[in-house]
Amino acid sequence: MKAKDIIKNGLIKENPTWVLILGMCPTLATTTSAINGLCMGLATTFVLMMSNIVISLLKSVVPDKVRIPCFIVVIATFVTIVQMVMQGFIPDLYASLGLFIPLIVVNCIVLGRAEAFASKNNVWHSFLDGLFMGLGFTWALTLLGIVREALGAGSFFGVNFIGGADGMLLFILAPGGFICLGLLMALINRIRKA
Amino acid sequence: MSKKAESTLKNMLLSLTCIALVASLSLALVNNMTKGPIEEVNKKKVAEAVAKVLPPFQEYTVDTVEVQMPKGPASMARFTAVDAEGNVVGKAVQSFDDNGFGGRLTAMVGFDVDGNITGYEILQSSETPGLGAKADQWFQKEGKGNVIGMNPADGMTVKKDGGNVDAITGSTITSRAFCRLVSTAYSAVSGDSGAEQ
Repeated sequence: MKAKDIIKNGLIKENPTWVLILGMCPTLATTTSAINGLCMGLATTFVLMMSNIVISLLKSVVPDKVRIPCFIVVIATFVTIVQMVMQGFIPDLYASLGLFIPLIVVNCIVLGRAEAFASKNNVWHSFLDGLFMGLGFTWALTLLGIVREALGAGSFFGVNFIGGADGMLLFILAPGGFICLGLLMALINRIRKA
Repeated sequence: MSKKAESTLKNMLLSLTCIALVASLSLALVNNMTKGPIEEVNKKKVAEAVAKVLPPFQEYTVDTVEVQMPKGPASMARFTAVDAEGNVVGKAVQSFDDNGFGGRLTAMVGFDVDGNITGYEILQSSETPGLGAKADQWFQKEGKGNVIGMNPADGMTVKKDGGNVDAITGSTITSRAFCRLVSTAYSAVSGDSGAEQ
């Protein structure tokens, strides 16, 4: 497998959100604004990258029957590191995302890539896969956040553009998340296949 | 793929134990590094909230008070602020209520010496975005349900329950929780032993 294919897979061809449809819980919950989506994506990217590297290194010493607990311990360690660093150094972001950070541990993308990719490929490829799957997740979350924030709050990355008018609250709440996600997914898959 | 460790009991125990050891070691290191900054951040947050909800003051002291909650007694942090001459200018309480729409609602509430509300700041909430989450603006002086200047001794309930507080549109449960939270805070500064229900 070539590095170019891995990059393309993560960003477009096997994009975790639009194509693999993994990790829907954080996708819907954190995309109430563009900045939240972006940061959640970047936090997941970091965890995905690090866990892919470590799991790829460990693949020959971990016996098959205990691989899942081993993977989870590795992933949980990196997630906890992200959480503590965020809490200490970027408290504002922690205040809005704090609840969802621990949930990265059980994000299917992370375990999915560990199981499907990192445990079968070399370190360099696993690193690339983690990085670009993460970035694929990030752009998907950011796009969803931009659309929901624009419709729901009338702002772009926190900059209001509709003056004093109210946004369409529906799009910030859960139902709007589903509606936007579904429509965007249809649109992007249409473009991808064209 | 080359050799793969076999799933014998010994191998499984060994690999899991080693991984868990390395993981806990690295977490301990990171915890050591971030413990300081996290404490700083939390302290700063509290200090900022106290400064925001009280009239200007020189310094404040902290103690804890026991208050009666529906589920039994709870302790809350109370901040007593004094001016340069040492006169008390107001007291703030870090109060909470467990029956918000999304669970616990925590806020800093400030009172002047007569028990009038001088300000509040929501510290932690899980209320619905766009509805209950508006509580951070709604009850402020410029908000639609201004409570600043009110005295909880006269009762703090939403209009729907016969009180005088304008509830957030569509978020009566959050508004009720907020009123209870303020009443509890008031009981902590006034020496009353129980929150009004």
